[in-house]
Amino acid sequence: MNKIAALAGVVIKELYRRKDFYVLFVLTALLTLGAGSVNFFNDDKIVRYVKDICLLLIWVSALVIAVVTTARQIPAEREARTIFPLLAKPVSRGHVIVGKFLGCWLATGVALFVFYFFFAIITGSKEQIWPWLGYLQALWMHWVMLAVVIAMVLLGSIYFAAPSSTSTITIIVVAGILLLGGHLNTIALSQPEPIQGLLSFLYFVMPHLEWYDLRDFVVYDMGMISLRALALATVYGAVWTGIFLLLAWLGFRRKSLTT
Amino acid sequence: MTAILQTQKLRVEYRSREFRQSTKTALVGLDLEVNAGEVFGFLGPNGAGKTTTMNVLLGFIPPTSGGASLFGIDVRQPIARQRIGYLPELTYYYKFLTAEELLRFYAKIFGLTRSETDKRIAELLKLVELEHAAKRPIKSYSKGMQQRVGLAQSLINNPDLLILDEPTSGLDPLGRMKVREIIQRLKDTGKTVFFSSHELGEVETVCDRVAIVHQGELKAVGTVAEVSAGHDNLEKAFLKIVGFQTSPLP
Repeated sequence: MNKIAALAGVVIKELYRRKDFYVLFVLTALLTLGAGSVNFFNDDKIVRYVKDICLLLIWVSALVIAVVTTARQIPAEREARTIFPLLAKPVSRGHVIVGKFLGCWLATGVALFVFYFFFAIITGSKEQIWPWLGYLQALWMHWVMLAVVIAMVLLGSIYFAAPSSTSTITIIVVAGILLLGGHLNTIALSQPEPIQGLLSFLYFVMPHLEWYDLRDFVVYDMGMISLRALALATVYGAVWTGIFLLLAWLGFRRKSLTT
Repeated sequence: MTAILQTQKLRVEYRSREFRQSTKTALVGLDLEVNAGEVFGFLGPNGAGKTTTMNVLLGFIPPTSGGASLFGIDVRQPIARQRIGYLPELTYYYKFLTAEELLRFYAKIFGLTRSETDKRIAELLKLVELEHAAKRPIKSYSKGMQQRVGLAQSLINNPDLLILDEPTSGLDPLGRMKVREIIQRLKDTGKTVFFSSHELGEVETVCDRVAIVHQGELKAVGTVAEVSAGHDNLEKAFLKIVGFQTSPLP
């Protein structure tokens, strides 16, 4: 556990010593503040509009931070050759995969917490209500979803040498799942065979990241989801994370690394 | 004598990138034994198989056949590297960390306690003369300073076996002397040092035994005197063993 914690610590240190997070945070903050300060057509529902924009920005920023940070981890270790003194210690490749995952996930969690806190302050100051538990639930679901994404990116980074390829492919896949994932079975019904079978198969085998999107619950004050649903979604996310990490380890374990 | 580093019929083949050549053999049945407490020089021309041997010993690549062990443990087990220190030829460290943070990171990997870590870091920074720069990011260091950080990280766990890949490569004469001094000091404290080098004069000075590999095969092994027997010095013996013939300049 010491080894994994040490590896995760380095990932977190690297993130806060780089500028990515600060740039995205400042950008999100500025855009949200801008949106919040404009009262279009004296609309009473301006808070809902601010919430929607703010949450969308948080989702985009968190996804970019998670994907970009994770995609460069293993390729950068190989390119800078820091992987060699590391693996010359009693560290297995499994430790490297899990340590990198944990570091990226925790770092993203810190970013996410800051983003949601900022969101709560902005909307709370306008609405004068503070539904902390609802926000906490949305944050947790968002964070679990990012665990699956981070594990997926780690798997991609084993096979694609360039972090940009991994980032682009993952962002397209994640955006595709978020936008179409929930509708794939309905689309499948209106298609002829074999497309219908293929789409139905895809619907059942892909990780349903869209289930973790509680933005509508927050924006339209729809209350909270049940604890049972929350627990099931957490287990589902953990299983998918485990599958991607296992595949990443299997791929990385066989890789020959030459100095 | 106890052999703490061993290779048995070690064979490594790479998939060749050349047309019509499916595999390339880097090591051909290498048998090597390094005993506890000795300084062992691993010599050979470029492409002889030195780096491949080190890569297998450190678990970076798997052998095609045969095996290798450190302290009797198969090198494919990460625990085999618990009692070793490794210094790569070039400096490969997290440049956004300070020397102290880097050493703390590796100490944590070895499971050192906080008090052990503090004590060890202070000792090592003193040894490599980097106390004044301990809190500066490594990216601001000169090449020599980075090499010294490398040496410090290789000693963080107080290893019984030190594997050095061309430790003096790229260093100025003062830096080389310092590295030689450290190797000698480690030897005096009973540590085993296994290192590759092209500096044959240096090898003659510090090594108890040497091995010469060429084209993936072990060509000679023994004390410096044994290997150089019948030749003026180790360099002449080395050139003869690898089949180099001098020709007059045109």
